[in-house]
Amino acid sequence: MCSVCGCHNEQSRLISIEQDILSKNNRYATINRDYLNERNIFCLNLVSSPGSGKTTLLCETIKALGHETPITVIEGDQQTSFDAERIRKTGVKAVQINTGKGCHLDGQMVGRAIDELKPESHSILFIENVGNLICPAAFDLGEAKKVVILSVTEGTDKPLKYPDMFHAADLMILNKTDLLPYVDFDIELCFQYALQVNPDIQILTLSATRGDGMKSWLNWIEQHRE
Amino acid sequence: MHELSLCEDMIDLLRERAKVDHYSQIKSIQIEIGKLSCVESYALIFAFSAAAKGSLAENATLKINEIPGQGWCDQCASEVTIEQRFDTCPHCDYYPLEIRQGDKMRIKYVEVI
Ligand SMILES: Nc1nc2c(ncn2[C@@H]2O[C@H](COP(=O)(O)OP(=O)(O)OP(=O)(O)O)[C@@H](O)[C@H]2O)c(=O)[nH]1
Ligand SMILES: [Zn+2]
Ligand SMILES: [Zn+2]
Ligand SMILES: [Zn+2]
Repeated sequence: MCSVCGCHNEQSRLISIEQDILSKNNRYATINRDYLNERNIFCLNLVSSPGSGKTTLLCETIKALGHETPITVIEGDQQTSFDAERIRKTGVKAVQINTGKGCHLDGQMVGRAIDELKPESHSILFIENVGNLICPAAFDLGEAKKVVILSVTEGTDKPLKYPDMFHAADLMILNKTDLLPYVDFDIELCFQYALQVNPDIQILTLSATRGDGMKSWLNWIEQHRE
Repeated sequence: MHELSLCEDMIDLLRERAKVDHYSQIKSIQIEIGKLSCVESYALIFAFSAAAKGSLAENATLKINEIPGQGWCDQCASEVTIEQRFDTCPHCDYYPLEIRQGDKMRIKYVEVI
């Protein structure tokens, strides 16, 4: 409509679009997923708040899996490449994605990183997402499973505060259990909250630094790789 | 602030559609944002003006229609309005509710020149 007199002379027209805003990301995620599935590469997307212990857990997992299984890692971080360097020290190939101001990894970034890494068939690809419990929930990367890592220092009610992330995750790892004697954290209640948000979520407890619970985590990986 | 990358994706999608639907300038965009989609409308509008700079959507207005969350309760067989994903049934306290509406973000239509 013309803003001067309200007539319909100006040639503006309405076009029906009907498209999900996330469809662009989802297209890239599907390409990644197909690529990974064709080669039998098991991909896990690790998400958490900053500092819950993703990199520590990854390094320990890589050491524990030894050289039986080929592993590659995509590291997401806003600024630094410290985490990628920690991973490379374990001897596996890691690609760092710096998102700058971006608060999450997206399907396109991960696609580029996969091109660079060229993970071999029958391997495991770990993605360490940007430390953030909100945005990464919305972006499918093409992974097989999402693993949310929560540490006991973050408070019992985290699953209720960030329900979308716990809803999207397949597995919740409760990390830093070695600190339980020193913090006020109610494990039972936390699990109840997580199940309230996502009745299908699986739960494991772990101490990445002390090693408690590592076995169950490694078993979980083996089971889900099939 | 993933609102910014959502806006960038939205403009990319509309750029692709411009070739098919033959338009060069967008006057307004009508979108639907579900209450459960974890996106803030005001942040989206703020991010949009930044993302649209120099694109075919520069100066376009973003019209947002907020879609309330709707869930289905299996226990009392009723459709209920919910504010958050983990809400329980207001009638019988049952959970989980099956999300039926309000978790999507869609571009409905554009007004173009
Ligand atoms: N006590 C204890 N500390 C841990 C454990 N796991 C990790 N930490 C410590 O927690 C801190 C953060 O660990 P990181 O592995 O860097 O955490 P992250 O999730 O990779 O952090 P960002 O990448 O910054 O989000 C380090 O000081 C670790 O040593 C644990 O099981 N117990
Ligand atoms: Zn890290
Ligand atoms: Zn964000
Ligand atoms: Zn009910």
